[in-house]
Amino acid sequence: MLKRYNISQDIIVLAILLFIAPFFFQNDFIYEIAIVSLLNALICVGLNMLMGYAGQVSLGHGAFAGLGGYIAVILSSNYGISPLFSIFIAIVTMAIFAFIISKPILKLRGHYLAMATLGVGIIISIVLNVEDELTGGSDGMSVDSFSVFGYEFTDSLQWYILCAVLLIFTIWMFKNLINSPFGRVLKSIEGSQKAANSVGINVSHYKSVVFVISVVIATLAGSLYAFFSGFISPSEASFSHSIELVVMVVLGGLGRVYGAIIGAVILTILPQLLTSFEDYQTLIYGAIIIFVMMFMPKGIASLFDDIKRRLFAQNK
Amino acid sequence: MFKNIGLKILTFLFVSSFFLLNAGTIKIGALVSATGPASFLGDPELKTLQHYVEKINNEGGVNGQKIELIAYDTGASPKKAVTFVKRLISQDKVVAIIGPSTTGETMAVIKFVQRAKIPLISMAGAVVIINPVKKYVFKMVATDRMACQRIMQDLKKRKLTNLALISGSGGFGKSMRKQCKEVAPNYGIKIVADETYGKKDTDMTTQLLKIKNNKKVQAVLNPGFGQGPAIVTKNYRQLKIKQPLYESHGVASKKYIEIAGKAANGVRLVSPPVIVADKLADSNPVKKVALAYKNEYEKAFHTQVASFGGHAYDSLYAIVDAIKAEHSINPQKIRDGIENLKNFQGVDGIVNMSPTDHLGLDTKTGMVLLDIKNGDWSIVK
Repeated sequence: MLKRYNISQDIIVLAILLFIAPFFFQNDFIYEIAIVSLLNALICVGLNMLMGYAGQVSLGHGAFAGLGGYIAVILSSNYGISPLFSIFIAIVTMAIFAFIISKPILKLRGHYLAMATLGVGIIISIVLNVEDELTGGSDGMSVDSFSVFGYEFTDSLQWYILCAVLLIFTIWMFKNLINSPFGRVLKSIEGSQKAANSVGINVSHYKSVVFVISVVIATLAGSLYAFFSGFISPSEASFSHSIELVVMVVLGGLGRVYGAIIGAVILTILPQLLTSFEDYQTLIYGAIIIFVMMFMPKGIASLFDDIKRRLFAQNK
Repeated sequence: MFKNIGLKILTFLFVSSFFLLNAGTIKIGALVSATGPASFLGDPELKTLQHYVEKINNEGGVNGQKIELIAYDTGASPKKAVTFVKRLISQDKVVAIIGPSTTGETMAVIKFVQRAKIPLISMAGAVVIINPVKKYVFKMVATDRMACQRIMQDLKKRKLTNLALISGSGGFGKSMRKQCKEVAPNYGIKIVADETYGKKDTDMTTQLLKIKNNKKVQAVLNPGFGQGPAIVTKNYRQLKIKQPLYESHGVASKKYIEIAGKAANGVRLVSPPVIVADKLADSNPVKKVALAYKNEYEKAFHTQVASFGGHAYDSLYAIVDAIKAEHSINPQKIRDGIENLKNFQGVDGIVNMSPTDHLGLDTKTGMVLLDIKNGDWSIVK
C-alpha cells in the first residue's frame, strides 16, 4: 500500500512531528509563526526544485507569491468570488504568466537569469505599489476571511492543519517527481545543459515546466498567507522577500528536500526571537547567516549528514 | 531525520521560554516606527513612552501596579505592524495598545484589535481612523481634516483661492489629500493641480515643475509626513517657486527644519501647540501641560521637542487615567474609561471623548498656525 504510493518513512516521520508540534504551542502567536513557517517552507520546496535540482536561480519568487496573493485577494474581496475559486484562478493566471515569461527568461544562464527574474520581480513590486486604486498602494489592503464551501477558517489550528497537510502533500509530490525520469532530467540539466541537450533532452521545455511548478506552489502559499494574515501589502512582493526565500533555500541546503524546510522554519522564527535585542537585531541576524554559510556552506541540512556519518563510524 | 525535527521542537521551546513574562504588571503595548521613513515620528514617541513609563513607575505606578511597556519597532511597515499587533495581543497579552505611528499601519491593525477587543490609541493623523467610530479605536491627534480646514481658512483670508496639492502616497498623505479636496469648496478654494509622490521617493522636481508651469497656482499645499515633505521643500526652493508653501502637522518637528535646512524658511504649517509651548499665551489652557512636557523632554534627551512625542504622552496618560478611573486593568474597562475621558488635559489639547466621538479633541486648542522663520517656529497672529 505504502509502496504503491511511494510514501517513504521520512514523510511519515514529518507528518507525526507536525501532528505533535501543536501540543507545544502555547498561544496564537506561536501558531502564527508556525503557520508562516509552513507556508514559507512550501514556497521553498518549489524554489528548491528550481534552484537545487534544475540549477536555475530565481530572485523573483517573492514577487510571484505576492502577485499571486494579490490576484486571489482582489478577486475575492473586490469581486466577491469565493476564496477557493479565486486562489484557483490566481494559480492558473500565474501558471500562464510563468510559462510565457519562462520562454525568453530561461534562455539565460547564471547571473543573467538571476538578473532577469530580479527585473520581473521588481516590475511586479512597482506595479503593486503604484496601482493603489486596485491594490491599496504601499499601505496594502485588508483581506476577508477564508472559507471553503461555507466552512470558515477562523481558528489558528484549522490553518495549521491545512498548511501542514499541504506541505506534506507537496513534499510527497516533490519526492516522487525527483525520483522519476523527470527528476533525473532536471539533475542532468543542472550538471550540464549542453550534455543534456546532446542526449536528446528538450532542456528549455523541462526548465519551463519546473519554473511553472515552482511559481504555482509560490502562488498557492502566497495567497493562503494573505487570507491567513488578513492583510496583504506590496512588501510581500518586495525584492527583499524574494531574497529571503533564496536565503532560506541556500541556508537550509540547496537540493536537499528537508533543507528548504529547515531554512524556512529557522529564518521565519529568527527575526521574532531577536526582537529582544532591539537595535542590534539586524546585526545579529546577519551575523548568524554569515556564520552558517561560512561553516556549513552546504547548508544546515549538511550538519545532519555529518552527525549521521559520525554515528555510523562509531557504531562500526 | 529525527534530529532535525528535534531541533525544530527545541527551537519552539526556546521561543516559548522567551515569552514567559512575569505577571502583576500592567502591560501596555506600543507600535512605533522608530526606524525607517517615519522615524521622525516614531523616535520621539518611543523616547517619550519609555521616559514617562519609568517616571510613573518611580512614582509608585498606577493604583500600586507598575506599568510594563512592550514596544516594537515597525519601521513604518504595515506588514510588520500586523505581525506585531498579533504578537502584542496573543503573546504579550497587553491590556491596551499605543500606536502605530502612521495611518497606513493603523488601518492595517484595526481589524485585529477590534476582534481581540483591546483598546488602541493611534498616534496617526488621518480622520479615517476614527470616522466612522470603531469601538476599540481612539486617537487624540488632530485630524487631517482639521488641518485642511485651518489651512483653507488661512488661504481664504489671504485671498489665495487657486491651490495646488502635492501629496505623499502613504495613508496619511492619501487621506489628507481627500479631506482637503472635500473641504476646499466650503472656503471657496479651487484645487488647480493635484500631484502625488511615493513613500520612498528622493526627488519631487518633476511633480513640482508641473505645478510651477501651471500659471493658475497661487499657493501649494503638501500633505504628507516624514522625509517626503522635507524633500519637497528643498526641491521647491531649488526650482525657485514663488508661491507660498503650506505643510501639514506631519512635519511639526525640528527634524524637518534640520533636513530641509534654509529651504524651510518661509513655510507655513499647522501644528499641535506643543512645539511652541513656550510661545503660547498664558491664557491658553494647554500651555501648562505642554510646557511641562516640552521642558522635561528637552532636559531628558537634550534635543528639541517634536509634536509626535506629545501624541505618545497623551495616549499613555489617557490609558493611565482610564485605569485609575475604572480601578481595573481589564481591556474592556480601560476602553470604557478612555471613552469616558472628560476634560483631559493633554499636550495636544483638551480632550472630551464620547461614544460618538473617539477623537474628542477641541479644535481651538488642538491646532496652531506657524511660520518658519530663521530655522525656528513663530506663531501666526
